[in-house]
Amino acid sequence: MLEIFASLGLALGLIGGADPTLLGIVVLSIELSLVAAVAGAAIGLPLGALIAVGRFPGRRSLIVLLNALLGLPSVVVGLVVYLLLSRAGPLGTLGILFTPAAIVVAQTLLVAPIVAALARQTAEDAWKDYEEQLTSLGVSRLRAVPTILWDARFSLLTVVLAGFGRAASEVGAVMIVGGNIDGVTRVMTTAIALETSKGDLPLALALGLVLIAVVLAVNAGAYAIREWSARHHG
Amino acid sequence: MAERDPSTLHARDLTVVLGGVRALDGLDLTLEPGLRTVVLGANGAGKSVLLRTLHGLIRPARGEVTWSRPTRQAMVFQRPVMLRRSAFANITYALAVNGVPEPERTRRAAAALARVGLAAIASRPARVLSGGEQQRLALARAWALEPDYLFLDEPTASLDPGATAEIERVIASFAAEGTRIVMTTHNLGQARRLADEIVFIHAGRATERTAADLFFDHPASREAGLFLQGELPWK
Repeated sequence: MLEIFASLGLALGLIGGADPTLLGIVVLSIELSLVAAVAGAAIGLPLGALIAVGRFPGRRSLIVLLNALLGLPSVVVGLVVYLLLSRAGPLGTLGILFTPAAIVVAQTLLVAPIVAALARQTAEDAWKDYEEQLTSLGVSRLRAVPTILWDARFSLLTVVLAGFGRAASEVGAVMIVGGNIDGVTRVMTTAIALETSKGDLPLALALGLVLIAVVLAVNAGAYAIREWSARHHG
Repeated sequence: MAERDPSTLHARDLTVVLGGVRALDGLDLTLEPGLRTVVLGANGAGKSVLLRTLHGLIRPARGEVTWSRPTRQAMVFQRPVMLRRSAFANITYALAVNGVPEPERTRRAAAALARVGLAAIASRPARVLSGGEQQRLALARAWALEPDYLFLDEPTASLDPGATAEIERVIASFAAEGTRIVMTTHNLGQARRLADEIVFIHAGRATERTAADLFFDHPASREAGLFLQGELPWK
């Protein structure tokens, strides 16, 4: 018990002293997760809205598939990306395995289905309210997609932040395709896993605390934005 | 606004089935230019479905709606749906979708807001306006599209008397400028004030189309007579 408190004290010291190793890992984690969240949103938002508004054969199956992808085991995603990017794989010539780029690819593949599935639900609810009015105004279904994405922008921001949270807290896939290389691809989650197994609890704890703080801050921000938008935009 | 050639609407044998129920059942109707038509009928008679079908939102299972010439139409709903942007941007959006270029778009949107007395709140977010203001904005948005026919489905049903009077004034002024008004209402006083002719709907059919000044005292159909007795039991 005492040991845990001692570690906690050291962890807080690392955070308070802005330890360079700690800082480097935190900054890299947030950077990569942000890029992945943006990329996942760029794919997932239009895709979700298109499925919500569109009428095409196979739409129901696509929705089931999309919802199933929510529970995609990240280790499997890591394995697939690893096989694609490995030297003998189809994308091996890119030479990005064990680089931050590979982490972003894996994270994006995990984030995009989450954003798409949640955005579909949000866009479908909005479309129920808007369909008659927009059709009456002469808006085609395709034209309605950007309209709905923009109108649901505050709810969708929460969706994108959920995607960021998933990217930031991802371990398995990131470990496989990034390789957890010190100073290059070592992010908060993989560092925690490593330091814990090495017995360096202070660094692991410090990283854990920062990770939780980041996720909390992101959610608090999302909540504040929604409150503000409800007051100012109805 | 430019003079428009009048267009006559013919609905023949309109049949609409919604959720297994015949909402319209072989309805025939002709609407001639230059009149203000109010569609009356009991709840569930098919008034709203009729307007949506004439406007093209519902595809009839049988029958057809034809116009004597190409006709621009717009519709105002009981609950206006406003986009999450400014009042002004709600109108320019509709104009942009319909291919109206700048600077014509901005000019028309400003004129439309002024038309309904909302010029002062052009930049306010549309969703936080009061119910009456939102409905006036919906009227402005429809008017900006310069429709020949304007359908209104119970446009004042969720408004207080003050807002209702305001909406009626706007509708009457649109009609005076030549926009063909076709509306439903539950408010018989409103029907008297705004209608040149009454179309009475019962069980998915039009039982009569009668000049408004005749209808309330001498309805032609038995169904309309019973309806008026129920609504105005003191008569």
